[in-house]
Amino acid sequence: MADWISLPVNWVFLVLALVIAFAGVKVVTSRNLIHAALSLVGVLASTAALFLLLSAEFVAWVLVLVYVGAVLVLFLFGIMITRAPMGREVSLDNERRGLAAITALATFALLAGTSWVAFGDVEIEGVGDPITTGDLADSLLGRYLIPFEIVSFVLLAALIGGIALARKDRSPAEEAERTDA
Amino acid sequence: MESLLENFWIVLVLKLLTVALLVPVAGLIIGYAELKISAHMQARVGPYFAGGRYGWAQLIADGVKFFQKEDIIPAEADRPVFKYAPILVLISAVSLFVVIPFGPGDALVVRNLDLGIFFALAISSVGTIGVLMAGWSSANKYSLIGGLRAAGQLIAYELPMVLSVIGVVILAETMSLNGIVEAQIEWGMPFVIPQAVAFVVFFIAALAEMSRIPFDMPIAESELTTGYLTEYTGFRFLFFFLGEFANMFTFAAIAATLFLGGYAPAGAEVFGITIPGLTGPIWLSLKIGVLVFVMIWTRWTWPRLREDQLQTFAWKWLVPIGLANIVVTAVMKVLF
Repeated sequence: MADWISLPVNWVFLVLALVIAFAGVKVVTSRNLIHAALSLVGVLASTAALFLLLSAEFVAWVLVLVYVGAVLVLFLFGIMITRAPMGREVSLDNERRGLAAITALATFALLAGTSWVAFGDVEIEGVGDPITTGDLADSLLGRYLIPFEIVSFVLLAALIGGIALARKDRSPAEEAERTDA
Repeated sequence: MESLLENFWIVLVLKLLTVALLVPVAGLIIGYAELKISAHMQARVGPYFAGGRYGWAQLIADGVKFFQKEDIIPAEADRPVFKYAPILVLISAVSLFVVIPFGPGDALVVRNLDLGIFFALAISSVGTIGVLMAGWSSANKYSLIGGLRAAGQLIAYELPMVLSVIGVVILAETMSLNGIVEAQIEWGMPFVIPQAVAFVVFFIAALAEMSRIPFDMPIAESELTTGYLTEYTGFRFLFFFLGEFANMFTFAAIAATLFLGGYAPAGAEVFGITIPGLTGPIWLSLKIGVLVFVMIWTRWTWPRLREDQLQTFAWKWLVPIGLANIVVTAVMKVLF
């Protein structure tokens, strides 16, 4: 225990973990949609900090760029352009919150249990060694080239699917009317 | 003294303090330049009396004025969100500065991150959330529309900006901003020559990210009463105001570092002059000054783009050009 306290990394981890847990609970309990989305920003930003703690710089900034900078901006954008609620909303309450809580706790127990069984209190070697972007690129485009390509293919398919769903094909008459207006 | 300067934490705190001071001061200088240059472009005199001569103290007086004003929060506003929005915007503008090198080595940069430019792009996208927060929490329709326009614009122009940077990263083979400057010295030319297209795309996208004319639909004063800024007064408005000018400074610094050789003296690459340590900041400031002048110049000589033109321009022109630039750069890199 004394070892644990003397390491500053542990303290930083503790603070981050508490912030993540607190903000995570806020995401589901907040009565305001925008506040919930902003709490999610807090969760993701702290998770990025957690990755920084593990010296996984690239993953951390990807999290900030993609999730905080793009996905959540789109969330907020979507909420604001459709409803933009101010104040609290009763309709946000869900009847099945008990079930959801059980699922969440079970998931937590499963993950915590698995990592405990797998690693116990064995110190894992090499965690915290700085990983340069070059190393990451070498393994992504070398050893893991095929999974990488498959993932990008799935992304491409999702992109095309998104365009196909959002696109409305108009008849020529409608099209003519549209360009006139 | 020597040992003090070798302590990691002391050096870090000193560097952070320097940045925290430098960015607002640079913001003030650019703000004054904007007032004065715009005035002369319109055949006016501009600030004249403050400070005795040339109105040099105008912005300082403005700052003091803002701090004296009452901090008004609208009754219907969402208080915590309303309060923290300007701080988030200013933080994102200032943090960008962490990775910009003012000279060779580790001495004149807060932190020479391996991911330099990637960090800058990630952090700059966080400011968007601050703008959305400001727009929504004001409980004002103009503010909300302004915030939404800003977010839509930032999403649209972030993409071409990232794409244009990739071309430079391919040439330099590193994302560290120090590394990119060194690569330019090694190449013997600033990357604006082989990456002219990327430079233009980056500069346009940077103008749009800062919501400056011709991309100032989010704060269009004649139709939106300055959009998401409408309800802000006093020092919170000052934060947005400083954030805007600090952003001009940092984006100009990033553009200068990526494309114009950063702290390396102009032309030194060509003539092979070795760089004495302390001229770096001067050269970088000169390059920033030129870019900032161009930004001010466009603002006072261009009309505003319409919202649909603005989106079309990003998605149908800049993104394809950026992608094509990556393809061409990558092919050239492999061939030569």
